[in-house]
Amino acid sequence: MHSTRADSNFSRLPDPRPELHFSFEGRRLPAHDGDSVAAALLANGCGPFRATAVSASPRAPWCMMGICFDCLVEIDGTANRQACLVPVADGMRIRRQHGARTL
Amino acid sequence: MNAGIMTEHVDAVVIGAGPAGMAAATLLAERGAHTVLLDEQAAPGGQIYRGIEQANPALRALLGPDYAHGAALAERLRASGAEYRPGSAVWNVTSERYVWVIRNGAVTSLQTEVLLLATGAMERPVPIPGWTLPGVMAAGAVQILLKTASLHPDSIVLAGSGPLLYLLSAQLLAAGTTILALLDTTARRNELAALRHLPGPGGWGLLAKGLKLKAELRAAGVQTWRRVTDLRIEGKNAAEAIHFTAAGHKQRIETTLIALHEGVIPAQQITRALGCAHQWSETQRCFRPVLDAWGNTSLPGILVAGDAAGIAGARAAAPAGRLAAAEALHQLGRLTPAVRDELAAADRRSHAKHLKARAFLDALYAPPVAILRPADDVVVCRCEEVTAGQLRSVARQGCQGPNQAKSFLRAGMGPCQGRLCGPVVSEILADSLGRSVQETGYYRIRPPLKPVTVGELAGADTDDPA
Repeated sequence: MHSTRADSNFSRLPDPRPELHFSFEGRRLPAHDGDSVAAALLANGCGPFRATAVSASPRAPWCMMGICFDCLVEIDGTANRQACLVPVADGMRIRRQHGARTL
Repeated sequence: MNAGIMTEHVDAVVIGAGPAGMAAATLLAERGAHTVLLDEQAAPGGQIYRGIEQANPALRALLGPDYAHGAALAERLRASGAEYRPGSAVWNVTSERYVWVIRNGAVTSLQTEVLLLATGAMERPVPIPGWTLPGVMAAGAVQILLKTASLHPDSIVLAGSGPLLYLLSAQLLAAGTTILALLDTTARRNELAALRHLPGPGGWGLLAKGLKLKAELRAAGVQTWRRVTDLRIEGKNAAEAIHFTAAGHKQRIETTLIALHEGVIPAQQITRALGCAHQWSETQRCFRPVLDAWGNTSLPGILVAGDAAGIAGARAAAPAGRLAAAEALHQLGRLTPAVRDELAAADRRSHAKHLKARAFLDALYAPPVAILRPADDVVVCRCEEVTAGQLRSVARQGCQGPNQAKSFLRAGMGPCQGRLCGPVVSEILADSLGRSVQETGYYRIRPPLKPVTVGELAGADTDDPA
């Protein structure tokens, strides 16, 4: 069984899809081709995805289907991306989103 | 809207590639209509058959035969000639059947003779104390991680009620997850009410499936608490434990992952934005678009099929999609009424068959009042962090409905645009104002339905020679 990071709530079943690497907050992390960014972050136990604009409270995905917007992150310099809808790609640079996006 | 944009004209646009949308687009294209199928995901299947084309054989076996059923729908879609466009976010739709899309960072627009909405369902929000903490997820979200990424929780507490919760429990057991507890919130009065709706023999298959799942969980020794109330999640920066009352006692279980589920409701963002008439359903405790037997909305040339029309389940969705597609083909002048009726006859029978246990399920899994109208300290609008108590307070100050609540409190004005708080806000205000939910109404939904940046909009101008 392919194990994931110790602080993740999730483990991976045997998965024949090819591996790739992305970065989160500057850390290089593995994922499988076909993972959404949200799945890749959860598999690696990356903690909160964003902090709310109102009270800076921590958030992570609730729905995984594009409804809740609690998975908003910054991807390759673009803020406000729904991590559950974007497929992770080799070399992708992902950062936490703090508060409201800037346009 | 923007003179620089090239508008593509087509016969039919179908939005949503779940069972209803796949079946509808397939029939439309097979019968020669120029059909575009738009979907936000990277692959067809919707949520129920999410990842169906790429799931490896072991994963498919683990997820069960009901999941595998979606493979044939996707295969037929691929062969149909429908133009399937994954990764398409629909951010505006008009009653003149203009559809605006962002795909790969580019804005495009279509104008269509018929618009068929198959946007499916979303999980009913489960507002309980602590539900915004990381580590608290909708049950469907945990299932999506299994379907699309072969990820299963190491350990989890599942809480709520409804078929998906028991199915997910069985799937997670098969995947090797430790289920710390299953907290079933189904009330005794629901069971009594459901008895009045026991389906005839045609509906037994579904009930037998449910009983089999529950027997599997018992056999596996899953700690199950019934008639659970007072759910509350404890945690500072993430979930640490869940509290509840069962068998007359207060309980606490330590866990860093919790899945909540209290059934599903139609996704109404697009039908609302269009201004389609909606009707409150007391039995399903949700708004549904007003439709005729073919799925026609109150607007000409705009139809709805599948769970977006009212919750009927995955197996009823494909026949519903084909029924709406047959009607759309008639409206396109490709089928006479007689041929349409003949084409639709088998799907009408199949659709009715899959609805036989619905009244029973609706009664048995009716959501608890504690999540429909949560206590004052519970966050209802996750985006703007507005509590149930704040909503009740502005109702006392004269707030007349959901749209005024926006200006009083910014409820529904965050990134999710009211998708998660809308149903709860309508219930709370109706209760506070002493009116029906129908009278109280729902948020007015305005474009953009999905975030679109100034840059993306500016990019739409590029074919303008200036």
